[in-house]
Amino acid sequence: MSERRVELDVLRYNPETDRTPHFQRYSVTCREEWVVLDALNHVKETVDPTLAYRWSCHMAVCGSCGMMINGEPKLACKSFLRDYPGVIRVEPLAHFPVERDLVTVIDDFIAKLTRVKPYLIPKEAKPIEAGEYRQTPAQLKRYKQFTLCINCMLCYAACPEYGMIPKFMGPAAISLAHRWNQDSRDGGRAERQEEIAATEGVWECSFTGACSEVCPEHVDPAAALQRVKIKSTIDWYLAHTMPWLNK
Amino acid sequence: MAEQVTRKPYLRELPRTLWFLRHPRYVRYMAREFSCFFIGAYTLMLVLGLKRLAEGPEAYAGFLEALASPGAIVFHLFALAFSAYHSITWFRLTPKAMPVQLGENFLPDGVIAGAHYAGWALVSLVVLWLAGAF
Ligand code: SF4
Ligand code: FES
Repeated sequence: MSERRVELDVLRYNPETDRTPHFQRYSVTCREEWVVLDALNHVKETVDPTLAYRWSCHMAVCGSCGMMINGEPKLACKSFLRDYPGVIRVEPLAHFPVERDLVTVIDDFIAKLTRVKPYLIPKEAKPIEAGEYRQTPAQLKRYKQFTLCINCMLCYAACPEYGMIPKFMGPAAISLAHRWNQDSRDGGRAERQEEIAATEGVWECSFTGACSEVCPEHVDPAAALQRVKIKSTIDWYLAHTMPWLNK
Repeated sequence: MAEQVTRKPYLRELPRTLWFLRHPRYVRYMAREFSCFFIGAYTLMLVLGLKRLAEGPEAYAGFLEALASPGAIVFHLFALAFSAYHSITWFRLTPKAMPVQLGENFLPDGVIAGAHYAGWALVSLVVLWLAGAF
């Protein structure tokens, strides 16, 4: 098994002692088949136990190891060292405040996620005895792709709009709202529209498409946002030209 | 007792102007957005042509003459290149915005983008026909 000396430039920030973050160079021997997360773990185990970062699953499902690797939002557990020949620059996810080292403050995203009610709001509530809410494969297919989101926030780190206008609901929250709106069992669209059809909802999106380029799960959030724009526009015209439709 | 935890989140500065130089994908996006200036300028030029036409044959002949100047030809080449870029980049995005689901499958992206190209070609033919090209 081949080994390689890997140089990592890691952004460090200690809120207790630092006024601003700074880069620190680590040099560790890594196996060629490792991912960046393995290299960080190796640094933490053998060189510097104070290095802080988040991770859990090591298999691209928990969404907690998002960071900037050579300026690109990436899951550290899905970024193979063999794809990074030179010094690897590792920074916390862009657009989020830095809590410590590679750990960011994600409260803003969590609050937005909560606001879009990303759960089933049944069209018609029925007692458990009445059985499950049924759905055909075609109805499932309609939204399946948007269920794949792992809340890793790479799309927020890629989105220039979110960087400039932090109030923007952002790609993942709107995609998840769209996921539930597209669900045949769900009746919560009107509640979610309050949040996502607003200025700081989907209309802040200028379709840069960066979110879809970086999404590790191929959710294609940019697609969801454009569909929400079209549907919201249709809503607006219907409400203004055929008000009787709104009961 | 738990140790006191210090929290002092640090927000890293972002460039406010020229932010799009941060990444090639932002530059590509700005190029797409920028292309609309040429389309807008070309539209204005067409409106000016209509105005000249309304002012009579002499004014219109002057307009046509101005169009043959080297500057106008360079402008047309730029406008053509940018509007092609604009249309191609937007057509490539249409499958994202308007997917068509048939049963359990979606129409392939190529079909949706292709339909836009077909529409483009059709409209161009109609324009050429109106202009007496055939
Ligand atoms: S949409 Fe993609 S990039 Fe954004 S949070 Fe979900 S999985 Fe991550
Ligand atoms: S550690 Fe879970 S996604 Fe990387």
